[in-house]
Amino acid sequence: MRYLPLTPADRANMLSVIGAKSIDDLFIDVPGVAQIRDPFDLPRHAGEMEVERELAALAAMNRPAGSGPFFCGAGAYKHHIPATVDHVIQRSEFLTSYTPYQPEIAQGTLQVLFEFQTQVAALTGLDVANASMYDGSTACAEAVMMAQRVTRRNKAVLSGGLHPHYAAVTQTIASAESMEITRLAAAIDAEAAVIASIDTDTACVVVQTPNAFGTVTDVSKIAEAAHAAGALLIVVTTEAVSFGLLKSPGEMGADIAVAEGQSIGVGLSYGGPYIGLFACKEKYVRQMPGRLCGETLDAEGRRGFVLTLSTREQHIRRDKATSNICTNSGLCALAFTIHLSLLGERGLKSLAALNHSRARELRDALAAVPGVEILTPRFFNEFAVRLPANAIETVEALVGRGIIAGVPYSRLAPEAGMDDVLLVAATETTTEADIAALVAALKGRTGQ
Amino acid sequence: MRFTKDHEWVELDGDIATVGITAYAADQLGDVVFVETPDLGKSLKSGDAMAVVESVKAASDVYAPLSGEVVEANGALGDAPETVNDQPEGLGWFAKIKISDRAEFDALMDRPAYEAFLGSL
Repeated sequence: MRYLPLTPADRANMLSVIGAKSIDDLFIDVPGVAQIRDPFDLPRHAGEMEVERELAALAAMNRPAGSGPFFCGAGAYKHHIPATVDHVIQRSEFLTSYTPYQPEIAQGTLQVLFEFQTQVAALTGLDVANASMYDGSTACAEAVMMAQRVTRRNKAVLSGGLHPHYAAVTQTIASAESMEITRLAAAIDAEAAVIASIDTDTACVVVQTPNAFGTVTDVSKIAEAAHAAGALLIVVTTEAVSFGLLKSPGEMGADIAVAEGQSIGVGLSYGGPYIGLFACKEKYVRQMPGRLCGETLDAEGRRGFVLTLSTREQHIRRDKATSNICTNSGLCALAFTIHLSLLGERGLKSLAALNHSRARELRDALAAVPGVEILTPRFFNEFAVRLPANAIETVEALVGRGIIAGVPYSRLAPEAGMDDVLLVAATETTTEADIAALVAALKGRTGQ
Repeated sequence: MRFTKDHEWVELDGDIATVGITAYAADQLGDVVFVETPDLGKSLKSGDAMAVVESVKAASDVYAPLSGEVVEANGALGDAPETVNDQPEGLGWFAKIKISDRAEFDALMDRPAYEAFLGSL
């Protein structure tokens, strides 16, 4: 069957109805620099073998995270994923199923989402969790806008320890809802500095633990200060494995907890797709964004699962919906749930303990390198160090020796003036040999 | 009791108007599962979205039929939203508004006019 697109007359007719002269008029909001004006200069078609050869050569220019010592974290962490995870998510019932509107044919998917929510609520120490967001940063932005709906106030204060990408995404998304975002200057150990910015217009304060520099903070006092002023506390976590060892956001008084769930079950995959975790106190559930799966009984009294409280969502509430997310990260949620189920509570605790102990070994080894200063006072599996040289240049140089030394903070926030700061992470995949290789390479750089 | 084309009812006692949704509206919505009532002290212009009513199949705004200030909200609906279905034009009221313009009330439909309006739908 041939697909017949619109005729020029159809197009002209529709354009005249909405008062546009040409299709290009519909794109005037896209900044000029981002518009493509010239036609794509694509190479000629090629045979399979040629394409394979070319793509293999391109792929060989990448350095996979697993190909050598690797210390990058900063919001995405290299963890071991058991083969079972991939095996189960590739079952076609899960892999190819579309969004589960119809409970009568989607019980498997819905049950997974329900278990996922239960796990997220348990990890974050809060009452309810949704069926996931796109990633940690958009979950953070959604939390800020939810605080605006709950408090009917427009100001949000972001700590200097919030991951700079999360802050930027939040600023972009929440500013469209006329929110005023105050972003504090980058600080390694000053989550509580948000307290000084709380006033009667403040909808929420956003803090992160472990923060972008790896610093772990008990935010209970911040919760008290926020609540005393009628504001909500949003706690962000980018390393979900840390929930296995640290006090949960809920225990510390968080009203909303958001996190990047990639660490559990989801590969690095060059930056995505990832999975946003989102949980809150039950009294705010009607202001929550996103899908929510609930447990119920069917007509014959059997346990079953359905999407619930859908009246918050766009397909019913239209422009008054709590969010314009109309989906969730279903397959990543499944991977998260399978991995966490395999680990169990004890397994997660020992995984977290192992991560922390590897990071301590890394800390001790780096502290012994002349000129390297450990900056993070309390950490989980990631911390910041000051190098005797520019961090970007050091990382580039070490790549030449097969070592990926970490993430220079200036890659995340060039304006912060922290050009010598390097973020390093260690996980259960980090070996003694990896650490020794990094230390030797750094010593080589400093000429010691 | 007076009525709007958006299916709200108003009963006036002095300058205090009690507002709810009509039996027809409640019936159309189906089982009401949640009502979001307005904040006390909120000042409303007639036609402003004042409250939200959610049923198992839809969520709808309830509009202020009259201008004024919210002086009371029906807190009982929090635990018993089904009251809106059981007694829409009685215990299922949403809010009380201290009105600022009596003429707005006089301009609303009376029951025969509202019933005629329903008949035309």
